Amino acid sequence: MLTESLVLSGVLFSIGVAGVMIRRNAIILFMCIELMLNAVNLAFIALAQQIGIEGHVFVFFVMTVAAAEAAVGLAIIISIFRLFETVDIRNFNLLRW
Amino acid sequence: MENFEPTLLGLIVLLPLVGFLINGAVALFTPGNKGVSTWVGPGVVGLAFLIAVVNFIGMFGAELTAPIVRSYWSWMPVGDLQVDAALQLDQLSILMTLIVTGVGFLIHVFSVGYMKGDPGYARYFAFLNLFVFFMLTLVLGANFPVLFVGWEGVGLCSYLLIGFWFRDREKADAGKKAFIVNRIGDFGLLIAMFMIFAHVGTLDFVGVFAAAPETFVYGGAVVTAIALFLFLGAVGKSAQIPLYVWLPDAMAGPTPVSALIHAATMVTAGVYLIARSSVLFALSPTAMMTVAIVGAVTALFAATIGLVQTDIKKVLAYSTVSQLGFMVVGVGVGAYAAGIFHLMTHAFFKALLFMGAGAVIHAMHHAFHETHQDWDAQDMRNMGGLKRFMPKTWIFMWIGTLAIAGVWPLAGFFSKDEIIWMAAAHAQGPFEVVFTLVWVILFIAAMLTAFYMTRLMILTFHGENRSGPGGRHIHEAPAVMWVPLAILAVLSIVGGWINIPRPISATPILGWIPPWHTEWLHYWLAPVTATADNVFRTRVGELLEVGPFGGGEAFWAAVAFMIAMVIIALTTVWLGKQERKPAVETPPYRGFAKVLYDKWYVDEIYDAVIVRPVVNGSRALWRYVDDGIVDRAANGVGSLARGLGWLGSRLQTGNLNVYALAIVAGALLILLTVVGL
Repeated sequence: MLTESLVLSGVLFSIGVAGVMIRRNAIILFMCIELMLNAVNLAFIALAQQIGIEGHVFVFFVMTVAAAEAAVGLAIIISIFRLFETVDIRNFNLLRW
Repeated sequence: MENFEPTLLGLIVLLPLVGFLINGAVALFTPGNKGVSTWVGPGVVGLAFLIAVVNFIGMFGAELTAPIVRSYWSWMPVGDLQVDAALQLDQLSILMTLIVTGVGFLIHVFSVGYMKGDPGYARYFAFLNLFVFFMLTLVLGANFPVLFVGWEGVGLCSYLLIGFWFRDREKADAGKKAFIVNRIGDFGLLIAMFMIFAHVGTLDFVGVFAAAPETFVYGGAVVTAIALFLFLGAVGKSAQIPLYVWLPDAMAGPTPVSALIHAATMVTAGVYLIARSSVLFALSPTAMMTVAIVGAVTALFAATIGLVQTDIKKVLAYSTVSQLGFMVVGVGVGAYAAGIFHLMTHAFFKALLFMGAGAVIHAMHHAFHETHQDWDAQDMRNMGGLKRFMPKTWIFMWIGTLAIAGVWPLAGFFSKDEIIWMAAAHAQGPFEVVFTLVWVILFIAAMLTAFYMTRLMILTFHGENRSGPGGRHIHEAPAVMWVPLAILAVLSIVGGWINIPRPISATPILGWIPPWHTEWLHYWLAPVTATADNVFRTRVGELLEVGPFGGGEAFWAAVAFMIAMVIIALTTVWLGKQERKPAVETPPYRGFAKVLYDKWYVDEIYDAVIVRPVVNGSRALWRYVDDGIVDRAANGVGSLARGLGWLGSRLQTGNLNVYALAIVAGALLILLTVVGL
C-alpha cells in the first residue's frame, strides 16, 4: 500500500504544480495549491504508518493552515475581482518595475 | 607691598561682548536704528577702559611681583592637558588692556562721526565691539589656548571689517587675502603650542615660563624651533616679511578700522606674543637674530615702498609695517620693554595719523560727492592745501608726523631711539655683527620715515589745492571726530615721557623733561621680562654703554634727532617748490620710483611663485584627479549597480506562472543538489 499511496501523492502534487505553472485563473491556481497541500497530506498519512504518530499531527497543522489560507486567499481574490472584474492573473502586475 | 585684588577683571572682557550682542541684534532686526549703536558701541569700550584704569591704579600701588591668574572654568581637561578658561593680570597685560580699550574707545567715538551715513552702522559697531572682545581675550589670556582664541578671533574680525563693504569685489578679496595669509602664521603658532606642551607638559604662561630655563638647553634645537614657530605666528599677525602683503590691502576697510585693527592693536599682537614669550626667545640666540633681522629688513623695505605711494592710506599702511618692524627688532634684540614702549607710542600717533587721514578722506569724499567728481578721495595728488579748510586736522597730523619721525620731545623720539639704541647695546657676543647691522638698518629706516611722513603732510595739506571744483566743498571734521584726534595728539606728545632713558634724562637739553618718569616703563615691565633679562645677562653679558662706533645712547639719539629735523626741513623745502597736478593729469612714475610704487613687485612675485602654481595645480587636480578618477570611479560604481539592478528587474515579469516556474525550478535544483546528481 505504501508505494501506491506515495505514487498517488506524487501524481497529485505534480498535477498541482503543473496547474500553478500553467493556468491563469486565480481560482484554479488556488485549487491547485490546495491539491498540492493535500498531496503532501496523503504522503504524511502514508508514511505515518511506518514511522509514527507525528505524521498525523502534521496533517492537522497543514489542514489548519490551509483553512486559514483559503479564507485569506479567497478574500483577496474577491477584492481583486471587484477591482478588475476578472480573475485572470495576467492583469495583476501593477507592482511590476 | 599691599595686597591687590583685581576689580571686575572678567567684566573688562565681557563688556565688549555684550556690546557685540546688542549691536548685533540691532543690526539684525532694526538696521536703521543708529541711536542704540551710537551709545552702546563706544560705551562698553569706555566702561572697560574705566575698569582697566581702576585695576591699573590698584596695581600701581601694589608692586606685584607675580601675575594674578583668575580661572573661571575648566575648559579642556584631557589627560595631562589641563586648560582653564583663565585670565592673567600682570604689568604687561594691563598695559595692553589700557591701550586696547583706551585707544579703542577714542576710535569708537571717531567712528560715530565717520560712519554716520553708512547703512551698515550697527553691523560696524557690532564687529568693532567683537574685535575689542577678542583682542582683550588675546592680551588677558592666561595660557596659550586662550590667547589663541583671541588670536583667531581678531583675525576673524579683521576679515569681517576689511571686507565691510563686501559688495565691492576688490574689498572682499582684500579681506580674504588677510585671512588666508594669517592662516600661515596661525599654523606656526599652533605648532609652537604643540611643541611647548610636548616638552613642558603645560600651556599656562606661568608654568611654561617658570619651567623653560630648566627644561630647555640654551640655544638648543627644541627651544629654537618653538621660538621660530611662535615667531612665524607673529610674522603673520604683525605683518613682517614675508607675510606683510595683507596689511596694505587691508586698507580697503573703513579708515577707523585701519586705525584700530591695522595700526594700533591687532597687528601689535605679534609683538605682544614675543614679549610674552620672552623667556623662550632669550633662550635661543638663533631665534633672536632671526627676529631682529626680519624686523629690521621689514622696517627698511616697507619704508622704501612708503616713499612714493600716492594713496594716503597706503603710505600710512607701509609706515605701519615699517614701525612694526621696529617693534619686532625691539623684542628681538631682547629689549622687551622698548618694543612694548614703541608699541604704545605707535598706537597713539599711528591711530592719530590714520584717523586724521580718515577725516581728510571723509572731507574729500564728501566734496567730490557734492560736485559729482569721479576722483579718488584717497589720492594725495588730488588734495593739497587742505590746511586752509581743515586747520585742526592739519595741526594734529603734524603732531603725529613729528612724533613718528622721532622729533624731540614727542613720543616717537623716545620709543624709537630706545629700540635703535637697544639693538646697539645688545650687539655683543654672538650677536655683535648681526645687531650692529640691524642698528644701521634701523637708522636708515628712521630717516626714510621722516621723509615719507613729511611728504604725506606736504602733499595733503600744503601748496595749492588740486581738488578741482570739489575744493570749495572741503570742510573741517565735526567735533566727534576731531576731539579724539586732539586727545591722541596730546598722548603723542607726552606718551614718550613715561620712559625716558637714563642717559637721555641726564643730558642737558634732551633731558629737559621732569625726571620722575625716567625708565618708568622699563621698571614697570621688569617683573614680566626679568627671567628673559637674566638669561641674556648670564649667557651674553651686561648691556653695552657705548655704541658700535663710539658714543652713548644720548649721543646717537641726538644724532637721530638732528638728522630727522634736517630731513623734515629739506623735504619741506624741496617738495614745497615742486609743481603738482591732480592724479588724472600726472604722468606715471618711471624707473626706480616705479619699482617702489609697484611695491617691488612682491605681490606679482607671490602671484607667480605661489598663488598661480597653487591655483593651477588645484585646477589640474580638480580636472584630472577629482573629475577624471575619483568622480568617475564613484559614478562607475553607481552605473554598475544600476545596470545589475536593471538586469535583475527583468526577472520580475509580473506573471504569476513564471514565478511559480522559477520556484519549481529552484526546488528541483536544490533537490538534485541534495540527492547528488
